[in-house]
Amino acid sequence: MLLLKLFFAFIQVGLFSVGGGYAAIPLIQEQIVNIHGLMTLEEFSDLITVAEMTPGPISINSATFVGMRIAGIPGVLLCSIGCIIPSFCICLILAHFYYKYRTVSGVQVVLGAMRPAVVALIASAGASILMLGLFQAEIQDAVLNNLRVVELGIFVAALFLLRKFKMNAITIILGSGVVGTVIYALMGAI
Amino acid sequence: MKKDYSKLWTLFKSMFVLSACTFGGGFVIVSLMKKKFVEDLQWLEEDEMLDVTAITQSSPGPLPVNASVIIGYRMAGVIGSLTAILGTILPPMVIISVISVFYEQFRTNPYIAVALQVMRAGVAAVIFDVVINLAGNVLKTKRVLYIGMMIVAFIATYLLDVSAMLVILTCLGIGLVDLAVTLRKKKGTVA
Repeated sequence: MLLLKLFFAFIQVGLFSVGGGYAAIPLIQEQIVNIHGLMTLEEFSDLITVAEMTPGPISINSATFVGMRIAGIPGVLLCSIGCIIPSFCICLILAHFYYKYRTVSGVQVVLGAMRPAVVALIASAGASILMLGLFQAEIQDAVLNNLRVVELGIFVAALFLLRKFKMNAITIILGSGVVGTVIYALMGAI
Repeated sequence: MKKDYSKLWTLFKSMFVLSACTFGGGFVIVSLMKKKFVEDLQWLEEDEMLDVTAITQSSPGPLPVNASVIIGYRMAGVIGSLTAILGTILPPMVIISVISVFYEQFRTNPYIAVALQVMRAGVAAVIFDVVINLAGNVLKTKRVLYIGMMIVAFIATYLLDVSAMLVILTCLGIGLVDLAVTLRKKKGTVA
């Protein structure tokens, strides 16, 4: 019964979290903490901390975390499946129509207008992450004195390796983590 | 049939690796997917990847899952969708299941905290690399409308915190107006 409750709670999370990522957090809180009381608020903030520290979409992360705490592996599976069912159905339909009509010239004109916006959205996400990396703050709160030189060096070096040598992106991401940690350890900062 | 399996395997493997290394949210994985599927494997066109991003951003649910559904469908139908989803959700499921047991040790480990902080610099570099190419292509269209929309959309999302979905829907509206104008022009030249 509890499992079924969990399953439907995460279907709702999946269905109503438009815009992904942080938009999903209040929704998950509503379902898991407020409505069903499956977690305390403190456990929930732990969950957000972990979700931010690990790869993957935050709603899958929380589905797994909640599922594991409450019902072990079956809970994990059920919560995650619940979370992706709405995505799967809706995107499958959209994909079908997109590939059916995308070569129509009128559709191309409309899609053409959306592409510059998508580029801007990706750029905006990149800028936010860069500010967090360099200042540990968003742009509004960034203070030049707090500029982290190690991160700046890694960013410039990484961008150079990507542009000049077409280095693999995964290698860059993992490599920057390793190199940066070693530098901070050598500086005695850890 | 054998070839289909190898395509599915590549799809699964690609999504698994990308998902396991995506720190920092939806647009990070979009950048990585663009590199993998457009540049390395050449399965998709660049415009197509941008369209898919716009669709995933305006649909409910986690962005990486939505993108997997569409790209999987494109490559191998419904089976492709399921394969791509599995690749996407398996890494976070396994990682979180393990971490939920060692939560305290994980959260308080200073090395992990530093690694995650510096990794942001690398992630930002990857996104910038992708954005430089994409923005370059928008500039190449030499359409003032597109270039202006890109700049305004950036200011709106980054500085003014306008939601991504609102930006996309607004641009959809502009696209429809653009279409109406183009059609009218065509009509005008015929008559």
